[in-house]
Amino acid sequence: MTVYDIEKVRQEMAPQYLWPAVGLAIVVVLSFQQADFSLMKLINGLPEMANFVSDAFPPDYSRLSEFLLSILQTIEISIAGTFLAIILAVPIGIGASGNFSPHPVIYWTCRTLLNLTRSVSEMIVALIFVTAVGLGPFSGLLALAVHSAGMLGKFYAEAIENVNSGEIEAIKATGATTSQVLRYAVLPQILPEIITVILFRWETNIRSATVLGMVGAGGIGFDLITSIRLFQYQETSAIIILTLLTVAIIDQINSRLRAHII
Amino acid sequence: MIQIKKVSKSYVGEVVLNSISCRIERDTSTVLLGPSGAGKSTLLRCINGMVAIDSGEIVVDNMPLSSNLEKLREFRKSIGMVFQQFNLIKRASVLENVLCGRLSYTPVLPSLFTKFTNIDYELACHYLDKVGLYDKRLQRAGQLSGGQQQRVSIARALAQQPKILLADEPVASLDPKTSISILDLLRNIREEEKISLVLTLHNVDLAMKYSRKIIGLNRGRIIAQYDTSNTSAREIDDVYNTYPEVC
Repeated sequence: MTVYDIEKVRQEMAPQYLWPAVGLAIVVVLSFQQADFSLMKLINGLPEMANFVSDAFPPDYSRLSEFLLSILQTIEISIAGTFLAIILAVPIGIGASGNFSPHPVIYWTCRTLLNLTRSVSEMIVALIFVTAVGLGPFSGLLALAVHSAGMLGKFYAEAIENVNSGEIEAIKATGATTSQVLRYAVLPQILPEIITVILFRWETNIRSATVLGMVGAGGIGFDLITSIRLFQYQETSAIIILTLLTVAIIDQINSRLRAHII
Repeated sequence: MIQIKKVSKSYVGEVVLNSISCRIERDTSTVLLGPSGAGKSTLLRCINGMVAIDSGEIVVDNMPLSSNLEKLREFRKSIGMVFQQFNLIKRASVLENVLCGRLSYTPVLPSLFTKFTNIDYELACHYLDKVGLYDKRLQRAGQLSGGQQQRVSIARALAQQPKILLADEPVASLDPKTSISILDLLRNIREEEKISLVLTLHNVDLAMKYSRKIIGLNRGRIIAQYDTSNTSAREIDDVYNTYPEVC
């Protein structure tokens, strides 16, 4: 029977974790310090926060109809933006898939495009579109469409790559064209997944759309930022409550739809 | 007639087909026989251009196989293919699967919106009836049993109205009884529709029973060719024994 030198085994193990742990600790501590973390400041600020909350209650619903219209606009922005993204993502997703991209140049162009659009947040894209098409919901819609097209395109590409190759081979063998192969061998396989992801995307887009107005891109966010700037905190709280309700209701609808599909 | 002339194919340095030459006669049933990894499936896929050959030539009915995609598609129209794993679109209905056999006859744009002609529907129903599954036409293909799925895939291939039918291990995923019924079906269809049938199999007895000619492959080479009317199963076993270590 072998006798194991447990102490030695322990020593062999230890150094592997030491330096990564030290490095991680330094990064975390520095981050807190550089971000001005201070528990005292937070505690001292609590009364201020209480003031804000007491100023904000009771919520002021006197402009309810205006707010509801803005919320409706927010929902419309999210639906139109998601819809546009679904379509924009199709050619880019196919181009960025390893198995169906027509050419390596197109493949890399689409990949880069997808990475670019995904790495920039909706708010920044919205700011850019505000300068192009002006204040209002249209720039918000475009921002959501561009950002979501990046997310969905990436997903389409991966879904297309993971498709069962036997079915592709069978359709190809009938003499079908590439677009027919995509329609008959690929689409049926990826459709359920894709619908789920689209619904998720819509849910995320509703949340994003509620703040797009802060940069002037339409929707309830504009009312929110205006009420804060004018110190109408009772209106602010009304808007926040309405937004929370809307998002919760749409989440519910969404999860029911998803459960139905899966 | 299919003429295969000195065809070679390698995958990342590994030789799969080593200068293969043979002829497959019209309106007959030919079996490519050999152990796993012999190159049967690759050779079969060379015939409809699903695998691009490195060198050599394939001539079908005096027409050399082109590498031009457009011409290749036109060519594949007249060659049906059946697979070991059936390769049906499992989420689509049985009828839609059979209609896929008509894709090469349908202009692309209408086909993307499942717009097939009455003739396409008629052919699809006719062949579904022929394989005995007309009643199942609205079921999802994935819900059928293995034998039924293979019947649907045969109907899909027939809907192309092919001159040649390629079958890659059509019964390797099926139980013995179902295997016999599928092979009987293929034989009847071959006789009725006057098409050339090329199958890969790895069972000597089945190969003897269902083909007129057997081409024995091992390690990417043709080892022997047999006429099944004057050969015994024992002789054919040599196909497996030539390189016993790879079996």
